[in-house]
Amino acid sequence: MNAAPEVAQPLRAAMEASPLRAAADDTAMSSARIADWRDYFALTKPRVMFLVVYTGLAGLIAAPVAVHPVIAFTAILCIAVAGGAAGAFNQWYEADLDALMKRTSKRPLPGGRLDRNAAFGFAMVLAVGSVSVMALTVNLVAAAILLAAILFYVFIYTVWLKRRTPQNIVIGGAAGAFPPMIGWAAATGDVTALPLLMFAIIFLWTPPHFWALALFVESDYDRAGVPMLPVTHGLAETRRQVLVYTLPLLAASLAPWMLGLAGVIYGLVATALGAVFLTLAVAVWRNRAETAAGMAPEKRLFAFSILYLFVLFGALAVDRMILA
Amino acid sequence: MTPEDEELAARRKSRNLVLGGILLALAVLFYAITVVRMQ
Repeated sequence: MNAAPEVAQPLRAAMEASPLRAAADDTAMSSARIADWRDYFALTKPRVMFLVVYTGLAGLIAAPVAVHPVIAFTAILCIAVAGGAAGAFNQWYEADLDALMKRTSKRPLPGGRLDRNAAFGFAMVLAVGSVSVMALTVNLVAAAILLAAILFYVFIYTVWLKRRTPQNIVIGGAAGAFPPMIGWAAATGDVTALPLLMFAIIFLWTPPHFWALALFVESDYDRAGVPMLPVTHGLAETRRQVLVYTLPLLAASLAPWMLGLAGVIYGLVATALGAVFLTLAVAVWRNRAETAAGMAPEKRLFAFSILYLFVLFGALAVDRMILA
Repeated sequence: MTPEDEELAARRKSRNLVLGGILLALAVLFYAITVVRMQ
């Protein structure tokens, strides 16, 4: 696991090009020691992986085809492992940024508990393994979307966008929106309107969710030089953007019901959740606080946004099971 | 054996045990997939 495959060398060379990383790398490498399995587990961003698994499972359950439980389990396992691979690549590439932010400075790489080469090898094994198993045991369509999701997260979000534009999480958010499509494709072998709408919901949910967090941890991103919207455009514009993205999110969340792809259970849940989301987004928009202490509306919206996605996708899965 | 060596050995042992468990689980999973695919 320590030695990266030869085919990975050009990839590594390209990703090593970041000018910011040298100092943090030296620190991390010099103090690296035999890592605990928990360090490898932390590298996979388990909390993010949970969300990925949940939305992937929702896509699989919402599909109109019954899948053998063993194949369904394998598909979800591959989605989880691929999510872990993407998280590990992200932490491998961003060790220098993570070292500068309080929230991430204790991670295995900036904390010096894990060697960078080992982290890269671990990420490669997870990525190649998850895509290969998905292709061999589930189907090629699901495997292709899984591969696209990993590549999108690593290259489009982590390498290209995150350090360059405040729109990083808008476009990069698409990477996190793939799992329901993969779950659906694992069951059906294709992608139709409903999985695309599920993709759109997560895609439009990401900006208000992430910017609410970025508002009350702004100083951290500022210190790391990450062009997060509150740093580049100020708090007022960020709050306006939170509200702006909430409106299409609500439209996308109601679309499955409006188009007859989901029933009344989903419709009622989506309407109620959307009303609360909009109320909280308006409260954020009206807030004028400059410090984290006065940002209760932002903290409320961030917390609710997580609940929102879980309940919304849960309702969709239940609704589709009843319809079936 | 110094305390550092002992800690190192303990880490290595726990890591190997977890890796062994993962390999065993994968073997069971591939067996189950094979059975399902043969049906």
